[in-house]
Amino acid sequence: MRASLFITCYNDTLYPETGRAVVRLLERLGVDVAFNPGQTCCGQMHANTGFRGEAFSQAKRLIRLYRDAEAVVIPSSSCVAMMRDQYPGLIEELGSDSLRRDFEALLPRVHELSEFLVDKLGAEDVGAYFPHRVTYHASCHGLRGLHLGDRPFRLLNKVRRLELVPLPNLDRCCGFGGTFSVKNAEVSSAMMAVKLQDVLGTGAEYCTALDNSCLMHLGGAMHRQFAGMKTIHMAEILASTEEVRAEVAA
Amino acid sequence: MSQPAASHIVLDPALAPPFPKAVLPVLRNPQLRKNVAHAIDVIQFKRAKLVAEKTDWQELRAAASAIRAHALDHLGEYLEQFEARCTGAGGHVHWAADAAEAREVIAGILRAEGAGEVIKIKTMTSAEIQLNPWLEAAGIRTYETDLAEIILQLGKDEPSHIVVPALHVSRSQVRDIFARSMGIKDLSDEPQALTAAARNYLRQKFLKVPFAISGANFLIAETGGVAIVESEGNGRMCLTLPRTLIALAGIEKVIPRYNDLEVMLQVLARSATGERMNPYTSLWNGVTPGDGPQNFHVVLLDNGRSAMLRHRTERQTLKCIRCAACMNACPVYRQTGGHAYGSVYPGPIGAILTPQLMHLEHAQSLPFASSLCGACYEVCPVKINIPEVLIDLRAKVTDQERNEARRFFDPLYLGLRIANVIFSRAWLFRTAQWWGRIGLKLFTRGDGWIHSLPSVGGRWTMTRDLRGLPRQTFRQWWAERAKEKP
Repeated sequence: MRASLFITCYNDTLYPETGRAVVRLLERLGVDVAFNPGQTCCGQMHANTGFRGEAFSQAKRLIRLYRDAEAVVIPSSSCVAMMRDQYPGLIEELGSDSLRRDFEALLPRVHELSEFLVDKLGAEDVGAYFPHRVTYHASCHGLRGLHLGDRPFRLLNKVRRLELVPLPNLDRCCGFGGTFSVKNAEVSSAMMAVKLQDVLGTGAEYCTALDNSCLMHLGGAMHRQFAGMKTIHMAEILASTEEVRAEVAA
Repeated sequence: MSQPAASHIVLDPALAPPFPKAVLPVLRNPQLRKNVAHAIDVIQFKRAKLVAEKTDWQELRAAASAIRAHALDHLGEYLEQFEARCTGAGGHVHWAADAAEAREVIAGILRAEGAGEVIKIKTMTSAEIQLNPWLEAAGIRTYETDLAEIILQLGKDEPSHIVVPALHVSRSQVRDIFARSMGIKDLSDEPQALTAAARNYLRQKFLKVPFAISGANFLIAETGGVAIVESEGNGRMCLTLPRTLIALAGIEKVIPRYNDLEVMLQVLARSATGERMNPYTSLWNGVTPGDGPQNFHVVLLDNGRSAMLRHRTERQTLKCIRCAACMNACPVYRQTGGHAYGSVYPGPIGAILTPQLMHLEHAQSLPFASSLCGACYEVCPVKINIPEVLIDLRAKVTDQERNEARRFFDPLYLGLRIANVIFSRAWLFRTAQWWGRIGLKLFTRGDGWIHSLPSVGGRWTMTRDLRGLPRQTFRQWWAERAKEKP
């Protein structure tokens, strides 16, 4: 199977180790991974901040870029949710039939990472090894946008030596919210303080998620507070083996 | 002695400070945050239990949503039907285009009756048109009769929630307010003692004042009837004892048939208070000689609503049945409570409703007062996709603001405009990544992390560090790897 990786703009720039982990993981599972160097951003930041015109042009660009891809894998629930929830409305407003056709053909081939692993590859045990105490944070877009359900838990439960600690109030937002985190920084921080109580209370060594955006917010606060916990994208846990450890844990 | 619950709260969107400013005193107030979080956690827990026991909850939701959508699609017909049936049953129906008209109509009715005092059922619509201060200024004393509203009126406070308006006030604060304003020494903060004090206060008003103002939960087109649900029974006192009753209702409150109540009352009680059925449901049609109010008026308020109907996405806002499930589920509201929204309608529904009622001339910060987490949409019993409307309103606000001269150098606006150019070509994006790394190096400390940034970045580093940019972007790694591979 061939899959094209849409790494997303901020993972490309800020968290390349997540991309490397996705490549390592998928190649280990026999997937032929491709990377289209023309990719930039899905337009979510612009759309959610009210820059609809800008979001249009980025959406158009992305749809055309992946028109011929067999499958697109995205290690970010919020970018997948952007395409599923917001692209249809944007395209309808643009009123371009050819774009709509391209999008409707593309959408079923777009997968968030855990969807791709569980639904497309039928892989729950991906042969990972991660000897740490871990708690899983469900991002809002994964939970309520994509309805990922128990997919992340099915994957984590099969990781050897990983001790999964349940996170209380799993469905409560961490407070990141994209530009909300700077436009309403104080409320965002208050929400984060509440979330951190739950996360740190698990006594885990790592907090993992399928979105680096939530983890940038929570991990940034943990670092600020010398909290003694680290954040790690789930791709890195799933990619790590006894031979090749996760970069952040190495 | 606890602090007074509120000071200088402005629930007028035209005067209230923007949301990011309004939240600051709240976030620093431990008592307020504790009161709000505790109250909504209790309601949330009850709601979740009662929704879970309902095996056909999603079907009920779909039905409720369909009833409301249908009513809005035929709003004109159903309102006219309501008017005809209500008038036929002896009621008087008045149409008010805006808040000023509604206030004039109500004051006119009261003046004609020579009323100097009026008792009131909890109605957020009356707060929307700022009715109480206006009537007081016109020389008509208003007495709230809902327990929470009494607390707020006597405590010179404002509602912070549409179903439990005094949820930000603790029991000991209620005791202080009652003891002070009712002149009761040695009042304990036991619920029995507090309700007894309120009952004493209320009975005098019920027996003395023959004029009442209510809201309406539903207007029934088929019968011309009005429905009100409540928990205390004080509402029913207002609906039965007075000689003259005025019901103020937004035009969207109409439902087509009496039987629609079967669905609406089920979803409303479970969503609003976490009860299978609300304790008091009052339904009445016009006037019955010798029984209840003999003068009955309905004031149908537009005040920006019909303008909302014209927008494909925004019109769903009007499906709202004011259950407040969205604010109870909202992680932003849980931290801020309601006053920061500067409107009688707080929380997620307020964030979409208030700016629209204001024709986007005020309250432009409210559509941004959300992390778009989607919890509101998930619990909404009439399936209002609040995040979708929020995003739509954000676009409208941004379109308004982006051409203002003072926004040109606003770092967020400038940054997003530049980002759009950067994202349009991969080579520009690569270049920007390179320059970004160089630029951020200046701020990156020896531990590889950024602890402080200027301008809008400082809004991030206020409470969070940021890991410095890695030496290699993913695309650089990929390109290098491709070169090494045969």
